[in-house]
Amino acid sequence: MRWAPALFGLLALALWQGAVWIENVPVYVLPGPLAIVGAFMADPVGLLTALASTLLVTFAALFVAAVLGGAMAVAMSSSRLAQAAIQPWAVALQVTPLPAIAPLIIIWVGNPFVALVVCATIVAFFPLFANTASGLASAPPELDDLFRLYGARRWQTMALLRLPAALPYFLSGLRISGGLALVGAVVAELVAGSGGFASGLAYRILEASFRLEMPRMFAALVLLALAGIVLNFGLGAVGRMILRRRGVA
Amino acid sequence: MLTVSSVGRVFPGGIEALRDTSLRMDESDFIALLGPSGCGKSTLLRLIAGLDQPDSGRLDWNGGPPVPGDIGFVFQDATLLPWATAEDNVFLPLRLRGMARAEAMPQVQAALHRVGLTGFETARPRALSGGMRMRVSIARALVTRPRLLLMDEPFAALDEFTRHKLQADLLEVWKQAGCTVVFVTHSIYEAAFLARRIVLMTPRPGKIAQEIRSSLVAAAETRLDPAYAALVAEVSRAMAEALA
Repeated sequence: MRWAPALFGLLALALWQGAVWIENVPVYVLPGPLAIVGAFMADPVGLLTALASTLLVTFAALFVAAVLGGAMAVAMSSSRLAQAAIQPWAVALQVTPLPAIAPLIIIWVGNPFVALVVCATIVAFFPLFANTASGLASAPPELDDLFRLYGARRWQTMALLRLPAALPYFLSGLRISGGLALVGAVVAELVAGSGGFASGLAYRILEASFRLEMPRMFAALVLLALAGIVLNFGLGAVGRMILRRRGVA
Repeated sequence: MLTVSSVGRVFPGGIEALRDTSLRMDESDFIALLGPSGCGKSTLLRLIAGLDQPDSGRLDWNGGPPVPGDIGFVFQDATLLPWATAEDNVFLPLRLRGMARAEAMPQVQAALHRVGLTGFETARPRALSGGMRMRVSIARALVTRPRLLLMDEPFAALDEFTRHKLQADLLEVWKQAGCTVVFVTHSIYEAAFLARRIVLMTPRPGKIAQEIRSSLVAAAETRLDPAYAALVAEVSRAMAEALA
């Protein structure tokens, strides 16, 4: 069963390659897997450097989203005024499509790297914020009563009850936001790339599509997909390890 | 120690949980609040704990109002911090009072010993059985040496064998600790086995219907004692009258 996904993938690749050969599909329409591997091998450094650039934006955005989302969720759970002030804006941020605001952000911010991080942060922010807020409110009411009974101060209830209770929710949000930060980084790079910023895998995809270098475009796409998978499983594994160490998983 | 005088509580929506309820608790009492579900037993317990406020009537503490730690509370579920060890769960009330860990440890270990959990200090709740988790909860309630121990159907979710064992152990703990216990239950057998005073409550709105005093000296073999059977019969009859 463990090998089922890999076997299925290999079978699909073989069928894809076979169909391209048999139907004699032009490489600028649909390259086969071997042509894609060839394109990667032709410029591994260029593609991997671009991937590193995209991942740098992704991780920076994930970090900022984690800090901002966590802090705003804590503020919201501590004060009704903060909740009333923050929640509508957080929802508004979530439903605003990034491609619509990315050009503005890139113009306003100026520094390309910071602009890309801001764009990716906007996409990654909401799951972390919403999950952490749910986690902070997830402690059983009896434990709340217990803390009140023993005269706990608000910071003690936050530090000893609400934050530890929110940790599994935060980690689950981190996993979701990891993928979204990558998507946000790519979308922002596409917008920035069309404006002349030459960095990141999305720019390589854009560049290859302009030159009809479909194998190179697919190679960049495969790298992105692999990065997304590794990010998702990596963050999931880190989350499980932390929760196991704390005895709650 | 505590006198509850004509207390009433109406929840938002007009649900009257308690009406004109009066009860006196003395030092080292063991009181069982007995009644059907929804008769306001838990509400009364929360009012005594200060977790809720009455709409009418008053609570008078002899010797001044309680300070944090004067009241221990054991809920129906063990309500432990799942990420904390048994030791850290028991340490919690002392930690909230600002006591240093090293200073608190003798008290924490004594409380765990009292409930028979020596050797399980570093176990987390998910590694413990339901009965053991409830013992940790009782140790946590006892660690501050409370004057009053409030227990809200603590054994209701446990199997019969574990419940019998914990009931016997609770009596031992009560005798050693010397605190007053108010024990909410809807089991006539449990109330008759544990309590010196069995307080019967009517269905909503909850009121004290009758109080029955017990002279049983409970021990494991008490359940076979004809006096225990007679007490159960007496409480059953009184409960039937209260429900009529």
